[in-house]
Amino acid sequence: MTERTKTAGRAGLRRQKIARNIVMIVLSLISLIPFYLMLVNATRTSNQVQAGISLLFGDNLLNNIHNFEQAQEGLGITVFQSMVNSFKVAVPYTALSVYFSSLTAYGIHAYRFRGRKLAWGFIMGVMMVPTQVFAIGFYQFMITLNLIDTYWPLIIPGITTPAVVFFMKQYLEGSLSLEMVEAARIDGSGEFHTFNTIVLPLMKPAIATQAIFQFVASWNNLFMPTLIISTSSKKTLTMFVQMLTGESFRTDYGVVFLGLSITILPMLVMYFILSRFIVEGVALGGVKE
Amino acid sequence: MEDALRPSRTRRETLPYEEGETSAAAQRRQLPEVRLPVHRAFFIAYLVFSLWPLLSTFYYSLFEYTTRNLKTTITFAGWKNYLSVLGIAAGERGYFLSYLGNTLRIWIFNFVPQMLLSLLAAAWLTDNRVRLRGGGVYKIMVYMPNIITAASISLLFCALLSKYGPVMSTLRSMGLIGENADIMQSMWGTSISISMILFWMWYGNTTLLLVAGMIGINPTLYEAADVDGATGNQKFFHITLPLLKPVMLYVLVTSVIGGLQLYDIPALFNVGQGSGYMGGPNDTSTTVTMYIMRLHTTDTGRAAAVSVLLFLITLAISLIFFRVFNGSDEYEQARRERKRRRLARKGGAGND
Repeated sequence: MTERTKTAGRAGLRRQKIARNIVMIVLSLISLIPFYLMLVNATRTSNQVQAGISLLFGDNLLNNIHNFEQAQEGLGITVFQSMVNSFKVAVPYTALSVYFSSLTAYGIHAYRFRGRKLAWGFIMGVMMVPTQVFAIGFYQFMITLNLIDTYWPLIIPGITTPAVVFFMKQYLEGSLSLEMVEAARIDGSGEFHTFNTIVLPLMKPAIATQAIFQFVASWNNLFMPTLIISTSSKKTLTMFVQMLTGESFRTDYGVVFLGLSITILPMLVMYFILSRFIVEGVALGGVKE
Repeated sequence: MEDALRPSRTRRETLPYEEGETSAAAQRRQLPEVRLPVHRAFFIAYLVFSLWPLLSTFYYSLFEYTTRNLKTTITFAGWKNYLSVLGIAAGERGYFLSYLGNTLRIWIFNFVPQMLLSLLAAAWLTDNRVRLRGGGVYKIMVYMPNIITAASISLLFCALLSKYGPVMSTLRSMGLIGENADIMQSMWGTSISISMILFWMWYGNTTLLLVAGMIGINPTLYEAADVDGATGNQKFFHITLPLLKPVMLYVLVTSVIGGLQLYDIPALFNVGQGSGYMGGPNDTSTTVTMYIMRLHTTDTGRAAAVSVLLFLITLAISLIFFRVFNGSDEYEQARRERKRRRLARKGGAGND
C-alpha cells in the first residue's frame, strides 16, 4: 500500500466514524425526545400544546397540577396511591421470584435426584408459555379460592418464573464451586442453611440484575391487574394510566401530559441510576452460547 | 410429534453415555442424593398456578355460557366455541382470525425494521476498525424506551399524534400537511403507529442481544478473513450473519411469541372510551389478547377457546424453536436421559 492510499483510507475511516456517530446520536435523541416533549407539555396550557411542539418549558405547571388533582378526584384513587399499590405488588413478587428461582436453580444444579434432567427440560419447555393463554383458567381458579380483587393472584405466581430459573442456573454453573458446598456439609451445615448463608450471597450480582427486571415486569404489567383487580382504591399504576383516557382528562392536554409525566418519571429516574446493570443484564439474559 | 423431533436415534443408542460429556458433567454424576427441603416449591407452584389453569382453560372452552336475565346457564358444547370464534359455525364472524391478522400485521411492521436497524447498530457498536467512543451511552439510550411502562407510552403517543395534538399542528404550520390528519380514523395510520411505537421500544433490546452475540464470535475468524483481504461487507455477510443465526432465531421467537400476546399498546392507543377493547377504527387494531379480555366478562367459554388457540400457535412456534436448537440443547439431553433410563429399566439393570 502506498503512503497516499493509506492516508486516504484513514480519512475514510474518520468520515465513517463521524457518520456513524451522527446516526447513533440521532437514534439516542429519538429515544429521548418523546419523554422530553411530555415533560415540556406538562408545563404548558392545553391551547399551547395544541398549537404545536415547543422545546421550551411553559409556566403552567402549577395550574396543571391543580387541574390534575381535580380531575383525579372522581376516580376513587390518586396517582400516588396507585403507585403505592404497584409497589405492594411488585416488591413481594420480585422477592418471591428471585428467591425461589435461585432455590430451584441451585436444587437442579447441585443435587442429583430422580427426574433431575426432566425437571430442567420442563423449565426450558415452559419458559415460552405466556401468562395470557391460561388467564381464563387462572381467573376462575382465583374465584374458587376467593382471591379475586386481592393482590395475592398478582404476587404468588412470582414463585414460578422459569426464565429467571434459567438465568440463575447459568450463573451458578459459572460461579459456584461444589467443593465449597461440600465443605459446608462436612462442617455440619444443614442443606437449607447452606443455601441461605453460602449460595445465596454468592449469587448477589445475578439476583440484583434479575430483581430489576422482575420488578419492572410486575410494575409495567397491565393485563393481569386488569383481570384481577376491580375496586378503584386497589388499582395499580398501569390501571391508573388506563383511566387517564377518560373524559375528565381527554379535554385538557396539559393535564394528560402531566399525568403521564408523573407515571413515567419514577421509572425514568430509576433507569438512569441503574442503567449500567440493566444494559449488562439484557445481554446476559439472552442466548446461552 | 416426539418422533419428528428425534433425529438419528440409532447413532445415539450406540453411545454408552451422552456425547460431549465434560469432566464437570462427570463430576456431577457423583452429586449427593441429599435433598434441599423446598427446592420443589417451583414445580408445585407451577402445577397449581400455571398448569392447572391451563388445563382448566381447555375444559372451560368446551362449555357454552349463556346469560339471560342475569342468570348464566352453562351447558356442554363440545367444539362449538372453537367453530364460533373461527367463523366456521353458521351466523358467526371469524373474529379470532381477523384479530390474529391485526396482531400479525402490527407485529411484522415492527419486526422487520427492528431487525434491520438492530443489525446495523450492533455491527457498528462491535466494529473494532471504527471504534465508537460513546458505545456505552448509545446502548443505554437506545434501550431506555424498553423499560418504561408501555401503557404510559401508548397514551403518550396517542396524545402527541392525535388530530389536534402538537405533532399534527406543527406539521401543518410547517406546511407539510394541508389540514390536521387524524390517524385514529385510518386503519393504516393506527396500525403503523402502533408498529412504530413497538419498533422504537424494542430495537434497543434486540441491538443489545445482537451485540452480545457478535462479541461471542471467535475473533480469529475475522483475522483470517483480513489476511485473505475480505472487505467489511464480506465479513459481515459471510462470518457475522451465519454465526449470529442462533441469536437472531432467539430474537425472532421471543418477539413473535411476545407479539402474539400484544396487549398494552393497542389496548390504550385507539380505543375511545368505554368501548370494551375495540381497537379503532372499525375494530382493525383489536388484538387477540384484547379479544380475550373483551370476552372474559361475558362469555368464559369463548374466551377460553381463544386462549387455547393462542396457546396452540405459541406451542407450535416453540417446538420449531426447539427443533432448530436440538443437538446442543439441554432439553434434548433431558430426553436422552429419560430414554436411557427407560432402556435401563426394561433391561432390568438398575444402574442409575
